[in-house]
Amino acid sequence: MNAPMTAGYNFAYLDEQTKRMIRRAILKAIAIPGYQVPFASREMPMPYGWGTGGVQVTAAVIGEHDVLKVIDQGSDDTTNAVSIRKFFARTAGVATTTSTADATVIQTRHRIPEAPLTEDQILVYQVPIPEPLRFLEPRETETRTMHALEEYGLMHVKLYEDIARHGHIATTYAYPVKVNGRYLMDASPTPKFDNPKMHLSPALQLFGAGREKRIYALPPYTQVVSLDFEDHPFEVNRFDKPCALCAAHGVYLDEVVLDDRGGRMFVCSDTDFCETRRAEGHRGEMLADTPADGGAA
Amino acid sequence: MSAGHDRPLLQVEGLGKSYGARVGCVDVSFDLYPGEVLAVVGESGSGKSTLLSVLSTQLAPSAGAVRYRMRDGVLRDMFALAEAERRFLMRTDWGFVHQDPRQGLRMGVSAGANVGERLMAVGERHYGRIRDTAADWLGRVEIDADRIDDQPRAFSGGMRQRLQIARNLVTHPRLVFMDEPTGGLDVSVQARLLDLLRGLVADLGLAVIIVTHDLAVARLLSHRIMVMRQGRVIETGLTDQVLDDPREPYTQLLVSSVLQV
Repeated sequence: MNAPMTAGYNFAYLDEQTKRMIRRAILKAIAIPGYQVPFASREMPMPYGWGTGGVQVTAAVIGEHDVLKVIDQGSDDTTNAVSIRKFFARTAGVATTTSTADATVIQTRHRIPEAPLTEDQILVYQVPIPEPLRFLEPRETETRTMHALEEYGLMHVKLYEDIARHGHIATTYAYPVKVNGRYLMDASPTPKFDNPKMHLSPALQLFGAGREKRIYALPPYTQVVSLDFEDHPFEVNRFDKPCALCAAHGVYLDEVVLDDRGGRMFVCSDTDFCETRRAEGHRGEMLADTPADGGAA
Repeated sequence: MSAGHDRPLLQVEGLGKSYGARVGCVDVSFDLYPGEVLAVVGESGSGKSTLLSVLSTQLAPSAGAVRYRMRDGVLRDMFALAEAERRFLMRTDWGFVHQDPRQGLRMGVSAGANVGERLMAVGERHYGRIRDTAADWLGRVEIDADRIDDQPRAFSGGMRQRLQIARNLVTHPRLVFMDEPTGGLDVSVQARLLDLLRGLVADLGLAVIIVTHDLAVARLLSHRIMVMRQGRVIETGLTDQVLDDPREPYTQLLVSSVLQV
């Protein structure tokens, strides 16, 4: 069900020359997995930090028959997700969905959907700071040299600091990965729980950083390895309990505070995944206590 | 002398660096042998820091050549090396101790990580081993083991300088450049640092090129000395010889300017 397009805009807001420029950057990024390709990022009608990079990448790859899903921290119904979805519905007239399986382009802020992705899908990440070495080495000239010469020892200094301070690698998001045995890449602020999903993913993964003017990519079936130490191997976050609404195990959970007396629940951060499971009849222990529409968050 | 010690580690030939019309240093030539400590002295503006920057490949020379004997025994032109090789050399076989430890340390990470950085840069990926080595080196530069997780910000000037030295020596370099390593420290701390440096240099058989305007530092640490003035080397020789019996009028002036207490 395509939405009516607002008159006066080119398809997907950006002009065709701009989209070609972005597509060239994307092609280069795909050719060199994990390498940050500079591009002439445009001013978008939204503030930096709201996904200006992701929106430009989506605008460059979306076609009129695509079905768009937008998630913000796993959720389809938060401000960022709703407004970007509306933006493309109005400027491109494309169909939108909240279902992961039905979408062909998924723009995401900080999560990878729980449902496995396919070769027919493109995952577009919104990236705030594309340079994984930035907080250790402020000079861009130096970080570029380090990428060029594959000098990545510094990244382990950060992990060392984590262990020295906390006893374990305490980095839980934007966890650094090595792509295709070559480039060090910031996984954008997705929880490290999602890092293994990037590895050998059948879907094309594109990363756009609007303010920093960088695009990078993971072609389908690319090796993505999370950095670690031999005696402190990479581990994903674990949860003691299943989702309180759909009883799912092994998924990423959000903590929801229920009252001011310490009441809380843990629910799937991926709202579409949770709803699908509930529709299939899975019932978490707190499902009965919540309104029938499932609007727990 | 043992095998290999009769061949120079570093060969400098006709080295010059000018900044446009202004002269940094001119026509500097010398050989440095393994385990030898060479002091470069002169007043400020005499070109010693420029010389050190060129020798350590941080600046490209305007003339001349710097050749270094790699671990395979082959003498190679430093400025013909690829950048990757040069940078690798800088963090393995060479060290650089800055006057201001903030330039040589990462102030935002712990002492242990500062020492461990070079190990991680050459591919060490075992946290326990990195930490043990770091603790060992902190001990060797007289920093208490319980300060291993403190940031250098919390260290005194002398401790920072010792940490910087440990950070450089952890990969067992063969050549270390030092730029006024005792500058800005008070006299008793200087004395302790010099003592420590003297011990380490002798134990590890380090070759050192040390730039200083402090003749006492040169006297204590170095075997040979090079006196610079207006970018040129005006006198060179054994340290004691030059300081006890300076030939050049300028060196005589320099030596006689030192306050005798």
